[in-house]
Amino acid sequence: MKRIYLDNAATTKPRSEVIEAMLPYQTEKYGNPSSLHSMGREAAEAMEESRATIAKHLGSKPEEIYFVASGTEANNTVLKGVAFQKKKGHIITQTTEHDCVINATKWLGSQGFDITFLDVDDKGVVHEDTLREAMRDDTILVSIMAANNEIGTIQAINRLGAIAHEGKALFHTDAVQAFGKMPLSLENIDFLSASAHKLYGPRGVGFLFKRDGVWITPLLHGGGHERGLRSSTENVAGIVGFAKATELAFAEMGSEAAREIALRDSLIKGVLEIKDSWLNGHPTNRLPNNANFGFRFIEGEGLVLRLDLKGIEASTGSACSSKNLRPSHVLTSMGLKAEDAHGSLRLTLGRESTKADMDYVLEMLPGVVESLRAMSPLTE
Amino acid sequence: MAMMYSKKVMEHMESPKNVGSIENADGVGKVGNPVCGDVMSMFIKVENGIITDIKFKTYGCGAAIATSSMMTEMVKGKTIGEAEKITKDQLAKELDGLPNIKLHCSVLAVDALHKAIADYKGKHK
Ligand SMILES: Cc1ncc(COP(=O)(O)O)c(C=O)c1O
Ligand code: FES
Repeated sequence: MKRIYLDNAATTKPRSEVIEAMLPYQTEKYGNPSSLHSMGREAAEAMEESRATIAKHLGSKPEEIYFVASGTEANNTVLKGVAFQKKKGHIITQTTEHDCVINATKWLGSQGFDITFLDVDDKGVVHEDTLREAMRDDTILVSIMAANNEIGTIQAINRLGAIAHEGKALFHTDAVQAFGKMPLSLENIDFLSASAHKLYGPRGVGFLFKRDGVWITPLLHGGGHERGLRSSTENVAGIVGFAKATELAFAEMGSEAAREIALRDSLIKGVLEIKDSWLNGHPTNRLPNNANFGFRFIEGEGLVLRLDLKGIEASTGSACSSKNLRPSHVLTSMGLKAEDAHGSLRLTLGRESTKADMDYVLEMLPGVVESLRAMSPLTE
Repeated sequence: MAMMYSKKVMEHMESPKNVGSIENADGVGKVGNPVCGDVMSMFIKVENGIITDIKFKTYGCGAAIATSSMMTEMVKGKTIGEAEKITKDQLAKELDGLPNIKLHCSVLAVDALHKAIADYKGKHK
């Protein structure tokens, strides 16, 4: 059976160009960048070229890019690194952040820091006034994601960063979903996190942009790699792959975004013809590849499993498919009732998605929804 | 999360047995799952103490659908006494196991059946 992968927000298929670029650094060019001999220097050069490539596309200096092992690590490094550096104070984030930001922040709350989670509106947007009202003299850090992983909603990070800077706070953005998919400006941004596996790169490599002149306490102490911020022998192959993926993503960004938006909007239009369905998130101000729907009377895990049987790979924010059996905090934060979050379906497109894929989903989905509704005691 | 469902569970998920309701059922049981908010209904037809027909409706996850389907298959043709003895562990075993986090879902099918039987007994004292 043909498989249609519509879970690109979870992870993406590494591009062949990326794998090709990485391969020598997993085979014959296996040197440690810290070694003085020529193989070591070769690895160090590849790593520094990769750093320069990423910096060029992001619009930063190369020395402002720090390689880490994941988006989760980049976010933890900022949140805890700023907190440990400042030792006390107030941290602001918002309710629809990724679990790694939510849970790192909550943990800092348990360690004596004051935490504020800003509310979002019914489309998942953080309003500037909401941040302005929450700012305090002792606010040390504001962390607001660039774009949401579940509903795709894009935040006005540069304007929110300006508000943070009106006070004494530093501003961080989790751009794991946004980097490489939409233009990003570093105006008013002190820290930015990204992860390679969301843009057709390898898993297990990310970067943190940290503005020059800002210092934070490292999480890992050791040999002083990454200018002391992140000790560990570097994942050279992964870093080279990340740079390759970045280069390709930025070269194609405009045309690929337009292509995905057209496909996604045709998908949204078709799906919303199903009775008792709706779109979660913002109608236009969302990532090009994200569609997230709600269906009344049915449960999302069943929906995902049945679509899988038809060859369609998707995901859900249903309570049943989560580790803690609670519905997606993103959907409930936007004001969705638990039962409406229960019937959610996320379809995230990628560079291999085609019009034929959308047509196939539109052919299959109504029947799958119908069959689950026929089974549901709630439709009686 | 990694949700490792057995092949058997997926088979029941794909084509569940005995979906629907029974008009003029001899017993009806409707239960909610307090953990995740799901709902299940069971309908039974009883003749001479034997469950001759059973149908279910479920608003819930793959495990909830598969256990209700499995339950209806196991119960059909059994006496009330035999049906009452089926445990959630037996259901899980018949399905070649359930992920740990999904064990609570198999309780739904047992509770719904017990409630349907109690409803029947209440009407036929
Ligand atoms: C918005 C967001 N932040 C952080 C992460 C974590 O990234 P990683 O999987 O590289 O740890 C993800 C992806 O899961 C994400 O979507
Ligand atoms: S019924 Fe909700 S997790 Fe199984």
